[in-house]
Amino acid sequence: MFSGEEVGTLLKSHGFTHVVTLPDSTIGQWEHGIERAGIKLVRVCREGEAWTIAGGLHLGGATPLVMIQCTGLFESGDALRNMIHDWKFPIYSMVGYRSFLNQDNLPGDTCLVFTEPILAAWKLDVCFVKQPSQLAEIGQHMRACRDAGRAGVALIAEGRA
Amino acid sequence: MRLEEALAPVRATRRDEDVVITTMAPAKVWMDMGPAHPRDLVYVPSAMSHATSVGLGIALAQPERRVIVCNGDGSMLMNLGSLVTIVSQAPANLVVIICDNGVYEVTGSQPVPARVDFLALARGAGFTATHHFTTAAEWASNVEVVLGRRGPVFVVLDVAANATRLAPKSPGFASARGEALRRALAPA
Repeated sequence: MFSGEEVGTLLKSHGFTHVVTLPDSTIGQWEHGIERAGIKLVRVCREGEAWTIAGGLHLGGATPLVMIQCTGLFESGDALRNMIHDWKFPIYSMVGYRSFLNQDNLPGDTCLVFTEPILAAWKLDVCFVKQPSQLAEIGQHMRACRDAGRAGVALIAEGRA
Repeated sequence: MRLEEALAPVRATRRDEDVVITTMAPAKVWMDMGPAHPRDLVYVPSAMSHATSVGLGIALAQPERRVIVCNGDGSMLMNLGSLVTIVSQAPANLVVIICDNGVYEVTGSQPVPARVDFLALARGAGFTATHHFTTAAEWASNVEVVLGRRGPVFVVLDVAANATRLAPKSPGFASARGEALRRALAPA
């Protein structure tokens, strides 16, 4: 979908200081590009940690972004709820949408069933990214969310597990 | 030691610029012990177990400021991976204190699944500054040195469960308290 350099440049241009992440085979490829852009990576052991570390970074004046796969989104619901809805921290995230582009590796992958309803259930403002031409659209969405002081998600269509 | 005896030395030793995060039973006792400091984070409501992660985030954002997390053993068990994440980031300014009473006190003192050697877990995760205190006197006489060590620091305090203690109440809307803490942590 995107190169690590493209993502790193995008995040840097929007002022992100830290990316709190657990990789999958798509977003994991971006790590070096993000680091080369001068953004600090915080690698976590489980996705729930990502939201609360990001919350602490926000409290301390940094500008974090959470980058995880949709499976990790499912796992981390309570941490997301607490940070975004209880504490109202405007944390932006990039979520990989497993199997959206093809289901060759995982026929019948239920990520296709649950990802969008789960995002809706958590009342998150979503920018659904299905093609590389939408990179600038992510930036516009980041800016709109920041200006409004709300959390947002760039949902990145993926083709592999 | 009683939980009050575990936390009183932290209150007495914390510097004005320190952030102190409390959650679950330690949050209740911390609030009962006196007025809030502008850089206290009473992490209620919480995502249970995530006080260590919030503390890590603040410590990374503000590496010149000491961050002290007063956690419970049940909470720590639920987020053991955070110990590995903390060590991987090596924040020199982070102190994690586990008040170990063997129960989920705020829900009625049901036992945790098993008693574990938290010190061994922390050392296995890579913490090198680790301490274990079983008596209030021993803890009170060492607290200043322990909190002053280069972090990340991990401390286990054996505390007595109190089945009659009430669960902590949020001292106000979380969003307003979060904004107030952000302002208190902002550069002057």
